[in-house]
Amino acid sequence: MATLRGSRLYSLLHMTTTIRQLPADDPAQVAAFEALIAAGESIEPKDWMPARYRSQLTRMMSQHAHSEVVGMLPEGNWITRAPSLRRKQSLIAKVQDEAGHGLYIYCGTETLGVDRFDLFNQLLDGTAKYSSIFNYPTLSWADMGVIGWLVDGAAIVNQTVLAKTSYGPYARAMVRICKEENFHKRQGYEICTVLANGTPAQRAMLQDAVDRFWWPSLMMFGPSDTNSLNSGELLRWKVKRKTNDELRQRFVNLTIPQAQALGITVPDPDLRFDPETKNWVFGEIDWSEFQQVISGNGPCNRERLEARRKAHDDGQWVREAASAHAAKRARKTEAA
Amino acid sequence: MASAHDADDVGIAAGEAKAGDRPVAGPSRGPRLGAPLVEYLLRLGDDRLILGHRLSEWCGHGPILEEDIALSNFALDLIGQAASILRLAGEVEGAGRDEDALAYFRDGVQYRNCLLVEQPRGDFGDTIVRQFLFDAYSVLLWEALLGAPHAGLAAIAAKAIKEDRYHLRHSSEWVVRLGDGTEESHVRVQGSLDRLWRYTGELFEADAIDQGVAGEGIVVDHRALKARWDQLVDEVLDRATLVRPADGPTQRGGRVGRHTEHLGHLLATMQSVARAHPGARW
Ligand SMILES: [Fe+2]
Ligand SMILES: [Fe+2]
Repeated sequence: MATLRGSRLYSLLHMTTTIRQLPADDPAQVAAFEALIAAGESIEPKDWMPARYRSQLTRMMSQHAHSEVVGMLPEGNWITRAPSLRRKQSLIAKVQDEAGHGLYIYCGTETLGVDRFDLFNQLLDGTAKYSSIFNYPTLSWADMGVIGWLVDGAAIVNQTVLAKTSYGPYARAMVRICKEENFHKRQGYEICTVLANGTPAQRAMLQDAVDRFWWPSLMMFGPSDTNSLNSGELLRWKVKRKTNDELRQRFVNLTIPQAQALGITVPDPDLRFDPETKNWVFGEIDWSEFQQVISGNGPCNRERLEARRKAHDDGQWVREAASAHAAKRARKTEAA
Repeated sequence: MASAHDADDVGIAAGEAKAGDRPVAGPSRGPRLGAPLVEYLLRLGDDRLILGHRLSEWCGHGPILEEDIALSNFALDLIGQAASILRLAGEVEGAGRDEDALAYFRDGVQYRNCLLVEQPRGDFGDTIVRQFLFDAYSVLLWEALLGAPHAGLAAIAAKAIKEDRYHLRHSSEWVVRLGDGTEESHVRVQGSLDRLWRYTGELFEADAIDQGVAGEGIVVDHRALKARWDQLVDEVLDRATLVRPADGPTQRGGRVGRHTEHLGHLLATMQSVARAHPGARW
């Protein structure tokens, strides 16, 4: 796999050219494609699709896969300190599930004609994006509960809708992944429940974790609809089925009663229930913080990428050995 | 810092023997051990807890995603085995300690794992070689314990042997890949083998604890175990084009709580949250 490294530059050039010089689509084919979508049909890898549709899906799916893989790091940070053997096992299993999700979605992107190693290289180069939430540090055990509850919870709200996305392989991946995310959320909320009913120190730990993760969780739904560049086209092609703000509101409505059940507060003095819309109305999100984090200046952006790069670089000799051995074996079978 | 001042504090003049004092000669030259079956179970459980913990350090840092998942799987299996074994140890001990009390509230000198498993995870080659050496031992040990007259232990063996057989297949394949891969991987993994070899002798040593449990029908023929392990290891090393290191002096002590310095750091991390909140539930 010595080519992996060499292909990095190539893949970058390749990606930029494909994005800049998308061939003009045949209007008749576009019309047929949009008719399929309008009829609620799912698009499969063999179907014709506009170049823009393909590139948007590649972008969304690869960002999603990167998020799963980078998302292993903040929780992986507490595996060695989990306070009971049962919690240690369930945390390892959770982080392992996220690796599985990453792998599964990377493979899904290959149905769009991209190589997962190329995508992975874009992550390592810092040119690909991933969910901003994973650039926040995990500072106490309570974060393992709160991440499961809020972060997996927000992911579920997003992914339940993505399970109805028009691209078949992505939709099916989401159905499968959502089941596991639900399990993560329940497990996280259960950690929170135990802490909420624990010692004063445990309750304080929980409240502090919620104070840190509340706003970043709301930012997981992306920019407000008025500022979302990609939304219009994605909604028309039923890649996305709901807007960022709709999903964010749904998440808040689901989550506030759960916070009340725990007896904790969320750090928003403007939060109030609107009896007319039945929505929990929340305060203004600090979009400057969001911009900072997605442009690489969050508290852990550098550490997360460095950890991924280190794992990749440290593993170089292992991957090379594996392919050298496979080649030797193939030669032996040929000779035999 | 001992000084005449200290002696004054306890009211003894230097060099003066006092009849009737509590004896200063300890009961034995060795460390103090508990009931044989409890000690025996702690050895089995601690090996798997510490090795599982070391493997879990890879989570998120593996050389490829597939291998990240595989190492986490092994960590899960081993920690699961450890939890069952330590639970049983606590029951046999009868002092009200469960698996978490044993994992989180014992100090290093009370741990009974072999030195091999507590060595740092090192690079991927170190981890794989250690895993292979341990897996080969563990599979053979479980085979011997399958028929143990202790129902709890036999049940654990029956479940664990399936998991460990899979681990052994996986670690053997990687030893072969790395040994017979590139020049670099060959040199690296031969180095791992050479460094870790001195900790393998301890796996096959029998002592008073083994004699003690033999009285309860738990009999493992360590010499036969070693012979089969040698054969199994030699086969894989041969396929991997690796050279079996000469049997030099063995490092030992883990079974009686005399560990390398690495264990203390591992436990300091592992136990930090649990010990910061004594009595808390999680
Ligand atoms: Fe996930
Ligand atoms: Fe998850």
